[in-house]
Amino acid sequence: MANGQTPKLDKLDKGPWPSFVREIKRAAEKSPMSKDLLGLLELSYTEKIGHWKHGGIVGVLGYGGGVIGRYTDVPDKFPNVEHFHTMRINMPTGWFYTSKALRTICDIWEKHGSGLTNMHGSTGDIVLLGTRTEELEPIFSELTKEGFDLGGSGSDVRTPSACVGPARCEWACYDTLALCYDLTMTYQDELHRPAFPYKFKFKCAGCPNDCVASVARADMSIIGTWRDDIQVDQSAVKEYSDKGLNIQKDVCGNCPAKCMDWDGQKLDIDNRSCTRCMHCINAMPKALRPGKDRGACIMLGSKAPIVEGAQLSSVLIPFMKMEPPYQELKDLCEKIWDLWCEEGKSRERVGEFIKRVGMGNFLEAIDIEPSPYQVAYPRDNPYIFYEEYFEEGDDEEEAGEE
Amino acid sequence: MSQTERITDIGPPKYDQFLPPVIKKNYGKWRYHEILKPGVMVHVAESGDKIYTVRCGSPRLLSIYTIRDFCDLADKYCDGHLRFTSRNNVEFLLTDESKIDSLIADAKALGFPVGGIGNTISNIVHTQGWVHCHSAATDASGIVKNVMDAMCKHFEALKLPGKLRIALACCLNMCGAVHCSDIAILGVHRRPPKINNERLPQICEIPSVVASCPTAAIRPAVIDGKKSVEVDEDRCMFCANCFTVCPAMTLNDPLNDGVSIWVGGKVSNARHEPMFSKLAVPFLPNNPPNWPEVVEAVSKIVDVWAANARKFERMGEWIERIGWPRFFELTGFEFRKEHIDDFKYAGLSYKRSAHLRF
Repeated sequence: MANGQTPKLDKLDKGPWPSFVREIKRAAEKSPMSKDLLGLLELSYTEKIGHWKHGGIVGVLGYGGGVIGRYTDVPDKFPNVEHFHTMRINMPTGWFYTSKALRTICDIWEKHGSGLTNMHGSTGDIVLLGTRTEELEPIFSELTKEGFDLGGSGSDVRTPSACVGPARCEWACYDTLALCYDLTMTYQDELHRPAFPYKFKFKCAGCPNDCVASVARADMSIIGTWRDDIQVDQSAVKEYSDKGLNIQKDVCGNCPAKCMDWDGQKLDIDNRSCTRCMHCINAMPKALRPGKDRGACIMLGSKAPIVEGAQLSSVLIPFMKMEPPYQELKDLCEKIWDLWCEEGKSRERVGEFIKRVGMGNFLEAIDIEPSPYQVAYPRDNPYIFYEEYFEEGDDEEEAGEE
Repeated sequence: MSQTERITDIGPPKYDQFLPPVIKKNYGKWRYHEILKPGVMVHVAESGDKIYTVRCGSPRLLSIYTIRDFCDLADKYCDGHLRFTSRNNVEFLLTDESKIDSLIADAKALGFPVGGIGNTISNIVHTQGWVHCHSAATDASGIVKNVMDAMCKHFEALKLPGKLRIALACCLNMCGAVHCSDIAILGVHRRPPKINNERLPQICEIPSVVASCPTAAIRPAVIDGKKSVEVDEDRCMFCANCFTVCPAMTLNDPLNDGVSIWVGGKVSNARHEPMFSKLAVPFLPNNPPNWPEVVEAVSKIVDVWAANARKFERMGEWIERIGWPRFFELTGFEFRKEHIDDFKYAGLSYKRSAHLRF
């Protein structure tokens, strides 16, 4: 509270899980902003309501995104959080750091902000939590001198993110870090200057385990997969069995395609029926590996509920090789953006746009052939928009309407 | 006049400058991995090189002082190398196996549990809540802290049938993958927007406000001689989309805001295809600072799943096997009108077979 007491929050200062209250208190020792944040949050805990005002346009010169304006609605009680803006900083792909780089960010933030961060925000950025408008340019200037730039916010390409990929995972079917970095650099203008109907997120997952949740959270979900056969080391399979894994029940029994059998000696896989789900590989990483003909499945359209309800991405291109300079993928993106920017409504995500115009029409507009891979099943409703008809006497195919 | 040149559009630092040497050397050439004990795994390269990962839980909201503590640990044990995960854990990357136990002891002494790898409950991805968001229907960090205090044993030990992923979003905007989580905790509003007819015409575009409503509940109206809007309350389902485009339509309300619980979602393709989380508990009150009702509901779901699921079976796969009536029976949650969908395509969720278990 304004008197500096926080009895409710104090209860969250202990317990086995690391406490965010302790983090705010640590920052509050040096930062009056963080001290007022504690008081403000205690007020919210008492009144059961947030005390932040809606938005406000702030930013750095020449950028339309990367900073989210935030002001409290009780500045008289907590003047140090009158402004409490968020800066999104584009994280190094894969969230790898050296202590030196992290300390650089900490030092800048200690000088100009609340000392509080999110490592990381939901989209992937380093989130610097709480600063005043007049600090934005100095922070930006110091960050860029150290090689860090802002991420996306608003109706633009949002900071692309990637799983750990080939850096530390044997399952990566393409170089998620290289692709993510390439897309980030290629689309700097789209990332910093909002010009889309709404946000557009890329997430690069190296395999169907999808550790970056791309199928649920990215407008374009790029999920690594392979086309040929799973690589099997039969002696290593036997080793798992000898060590107590029930291969028939827990591996074959969980296979969604029912495409494998274990006779106690040899694992037999019908690769043509395999759905590339990863279960058997997850269960026996020493024995099984994705095939060698690797690439990615390109999916489109996932989002959270606002506006038209939650969606998962769906298959657009079942398999694409993923090699630099990724021109095929970029051409595809730009076709999608051209169409969506022209025809999309304000605050309509690309997944909602596809639903509104129809996947068939969307594919036609971006010049992609329909494929049974794109549907769970063909339509089961008979209300079909046939686009042409014939009149008696027509002797050759002729569209009845154009 | 003289102005130093402004640096823009440089993008993030290239990731490869931050990779440990063993990773640079074996990039793309990892052979397999093993979980050695809770929170510790080793990746073995085709060259025979090994990298050890020690994963610690974090509250996501970190002060720079704690980040510097992490840096000290990285300097002491990992030649300055560390990374974060997509679920906000911090990972220390070592090449010297003999240093692992001492690193774990140091991390624990700082208050950071080690775990979250394999069949565990990993860190809860979550949003800002009352700490920093204008549209929050509940707090985020506070609920997460309470739930993870109760779940910490499942973070630290490999005793669950499969992975369990919990996520929290403080409103329907869902700044996180809440809609596809084994257990999703979602802040909800329950009353229609309070319209500030004085401010609305000054700060909002009325056509945008009208267009923002997914159920067409908002209409233009003249109120006390001023152009504003009115809301057909029967059609409002409290999404707060109008508030997002118009701050003069507040939904936040201490009496009516609270928490809903959803279950059975996943994003991974392993075994079952990705699926949405589905409603388990329509409403629990905001009861800070400990949210006992939420902690109790989550604990109940985890306990019932852990006791009944088969090896590798995620929450949604388990529920699909036993059926939803049995889920409600086992958890004791009341099945109510709110559980039956009434938005677009609702009919797809009706039971359309006589495949019933009694």
